[in-house]
Amino acid sequence: MLQLEKRAAPSNGMRLAAPLFATLLMLVTGLCIFLVLGKNPVDAFRVFFIKPLASLYGLGELLLKTTPLLLCALGLAIGFRSNVWNIGAEGQLTIGGIAGAGVALAFGDTESHWLLPLMLLAGVLGGMAWAAIPAFLRTRFNTSEILVSLMLVYVAQLLLSYLVHGPWRDPDGYNFPQSRMFNDWELLPLLWEGVRTNIGFIFALLLAALSWVFTTKTFAGYRMQVAGLAPAAAAYAGFSERRNIWLALLISGGAAGLAGIGEVAGPIGQLQPQVSPGYGFAAIIVAFVGRLHPLGIVLASLLMSLLYLGGEQAQIELALPSAVTGLFQGLLLFYLLAADLLVNFRVKVSA
Amino acid sequence: MQAATLKPLRLALRGITKRYPGVVANDNVDLSVQPGEIHALMGENGAGKSTLMKIVYGVTRPDAGTIEWEGERVTIDSPAKARSLGIGMVFQHFSLFETLTVAENIALALDHRDPPSTLDARIIEVSERYGLPVDPRRLVHSMSVGERQRVEIVRCLLQAPRLLIMDEPTSVLTPQAVQKLFGTLRRLALEGISILYISHKLDEIRELCDTATVLRGGRLSGTATPRNEDNAGLARLMIGSDLSVCQLAPKTPGEIMLELTNMSLGSKDPFGTHLRNIDLRVRRGEIVGIAGVSGNGQKELMAALSGEMLSAYAGAVRLAGQPVGLLGPAQRRRLGLSFVPEERLGRGAVPAMCLADNALLTAAQSPGMLRIGMVQRAAARRFAQQVIADFKVKCGGDQSAASSLSGGNLQKFIVGRETILNPQLMIAAQPTWGVDVGASQMIRQALIDLRDRDVAVLVVSEELDELFSICDRIVVIAQGRLSPSRVPAETSVEEIGSWMSGGFINGNESAAEVADAAA
Repeated sequence: MLQLEKRAAPSNGMRLAAPLFATLLMLVTGLCIFLVLGKNPVDAFRVFFIKPLASLYGLGELLLKTTPLLLCALGLAIGFRSNVWNIGAEGQLTIGGIAGAGVALAFGDTESHWLLPLMLLAGVLGGMAWAAIPAFLRTRFNTSEILVSLMLVYVAQLLLSYLVHGPWRDPDGYNFPQSRMFNDWELLPLLWEGVRTNIGFIFALLLAALSWVFTTKTFAGYRMQVAGLAPAAAAYAGFSERRNIWLALLISGGAAGLAGIGEVAGPIGQLQPQVSPGYGFAAIIVAFVGRLHPLGIVLASLLMSLLYLGGEQAQIELALPSAVTGLFQGLLLFYLLAADLLVNFRVKVSA
Repeated sequence: MQAATLKPLRLALRGITKRYPGVVANDNVDLSVQPGEIHALMGENGAGKSTLMKIVYGVTRPDAGTIEWEGERVTIDSPAKARSLGIGMVFQHFSLFETLTVAENIALALDHRDPPSTLDARIIEVSERYGLPVDPRRLVHSMSVGERQRVEIVRCLLQAPRLLIMDEPTSVLTPQAVQKLFGTLRRLALEGISILYISHKLDEIRELCDTATVLRGGRLSGTATPRNEDNAGLARLMIGSDLSVCQLAPKTPGEIMLELTNMSLGSKDPFGTHLRNIDLRVRRGEIVGIAGVSGNGQKELMAALSGEMLSAYAGAVRLAGQPVGLLGPAQRRRLGLSFVPEERLGRGAVPAMCLADNALLTAAQSPGMLRIGMVQRAAARRFAQQVIADFKVKCGGDQSAASSLSGGNLQKFIVGRETILNPQLMIAAQPTWGVDVGASQMIRQALIDLRDRDVAVLVVSEELDELFSICDRIVVIAQGRLSPSRVPAETSVEEIGSWMSGGFINGNESAAEVADAAA
């Protein structure tokens, strides 16, 4: 019989191995599902996981989709480590995109070097402003930031919908619900010829390095970690809970806002009714698969990005529904949560 | 006892060995308990008492050795098995769900369920019979440590055990209540129930126990008949050397460091205690002790002093004459306040963090710890190493996690950290609760050394012996009110004990009610 036995101390090895287990189990289950759907699993596997990476363009797409996932997950992880549960990165991303696009639509008709930085800044501030709402409500009225930030996602999406259907609709756009196309000087510069990866990826990597410094080296990061691990110890030491909540939400909101304007001023190039295929939600999974550690998050966001690309390929080549991406995301999170049991417990075979 | 020897032993452990990575917690330990015997298991923290008891209670399994229960060899592979054999255990660290009521917690632990209506009645019956008043409907989260312990004891007694393991049960009771509990335990023993009494309080063991098994460093260091030994003899078995005695040299206290004037403070906790008209002065170079049964406002008073709960106006709390009632903990610390909280793990230290990082918790503002907002880990490590060396903290070094230390060693670390910060005022809440004799002695000496260096020291403790041995003055807290102060030489355990039941409150119509609650 199999028995679970509590470990004397949580296993660090298992903490790192759990995401690998989860990935492996996700692949195995995925192949079984392909089989049940009547697809040749080997073909399906090739289409899903190999083909997207087989060309330079494909690799560029991988990094392109990694960028918003990485930005959102890094910000969220800082909050999660300190017990602040921002679930609304998707909404902050949307508002970031709206705010940045608003700058472009207002001032973009004449070329200026200042415009792009201003758009990025507006995106960051927009995301922060949206995250400030749950921060204020939590610190003032003790509401749950989980619910408030989640509900604000839908408010943000409706706001976007209103803008592209109404005031910001391109007058020359044949009545499509979208803004005018951005000019070249309103778009993030590409990193290489022939791929769509833009400078946003560099920002994301910089943020990963910064967040590593913040969490491991700074006193502010230390305070937030204490608040996450032992809230009573933080109160005893006199670390302000309000400051912790504000900081966590502003950082994660700002990073998500940057991801939003990065999409709008990047691959999309205009404001559309939908600016993200759920990056803000997928980033929650990325943060946990990456063990809330910047390096882990970089790797996990590459994996998640591959799931998005594979899902698109599977739609085109295997005629599978787009839900297959969400299915794989769900499997990954599900197996990760299950595998995390082994961090604190070991399996013992008994008679 | 003559008749008992004819019957099989209630419990016999032979050659029990348990190894953990890096330590042998129990090394070839034997232990036998007669029916109806009160048997003390003594030893310092880390001596292996807890591991041995976890083995008996089926929480852990031994690597070698056998267990016999009433003459038959048994394998105890789970607490449920232990309970079905008739073994009950009251843990030192409580296993209660805070969001549930007393009755719900008890119902969860019972192996055969009673309907709630009769369970409440049974709880009240058992609790009254054994002098352990608990309200079955109360939520556990609002209860003090002492009250929670009563729930644990009642929960055990409801299962009608034949062997009752009690881990440090008296640490939160008034002297009168301890006597009442001892009466209970003696009655249980007369009814034929064996009691394994884990403790390091030598007086109690000598008063209560028939036999004692002493562990040191995981090994059996001897057995004794406590009634025939003196404290020094027992202590020698336990720690392997003679006990040093605290010396309180006469000293004239200096200026007032801490002053509370007519401070009243409502508790945010619906079951908390409101502080009423508290007057308290602590001078440089004196130790003032606050005695009382837990749940009488100690938690609230500590929060009001540390700054975790702010006062109504700034002048309610004065530190060296400065009004600090509206300042938070970090600001008060900057003015020279050090604070050792009652809960070590989770408040005084972050369990998952290493000692160096735990040093930062309160030492971050010391010179060299931070540079432009960046943590100077080397300085934090040096600080932690100094604490470890100065206070003889047994651990794997400054990189060991706080959770890996025994209670006594972690407390030495926390007291050491707060002491090295050079406080003007040191406040310590239950500084030796559940700490072994050696570590307790050292912590008390550290507080006395602070006093001798002209630091003002305030100690909250439920151990009267401790307060009588280290304090210059003692006050009592009951019902959120503070008694006048007494010099230990001019009062008695009886007077302080009756004050702990609210006896000092003038014309207090509800004193009798408090006495009940404290009993």
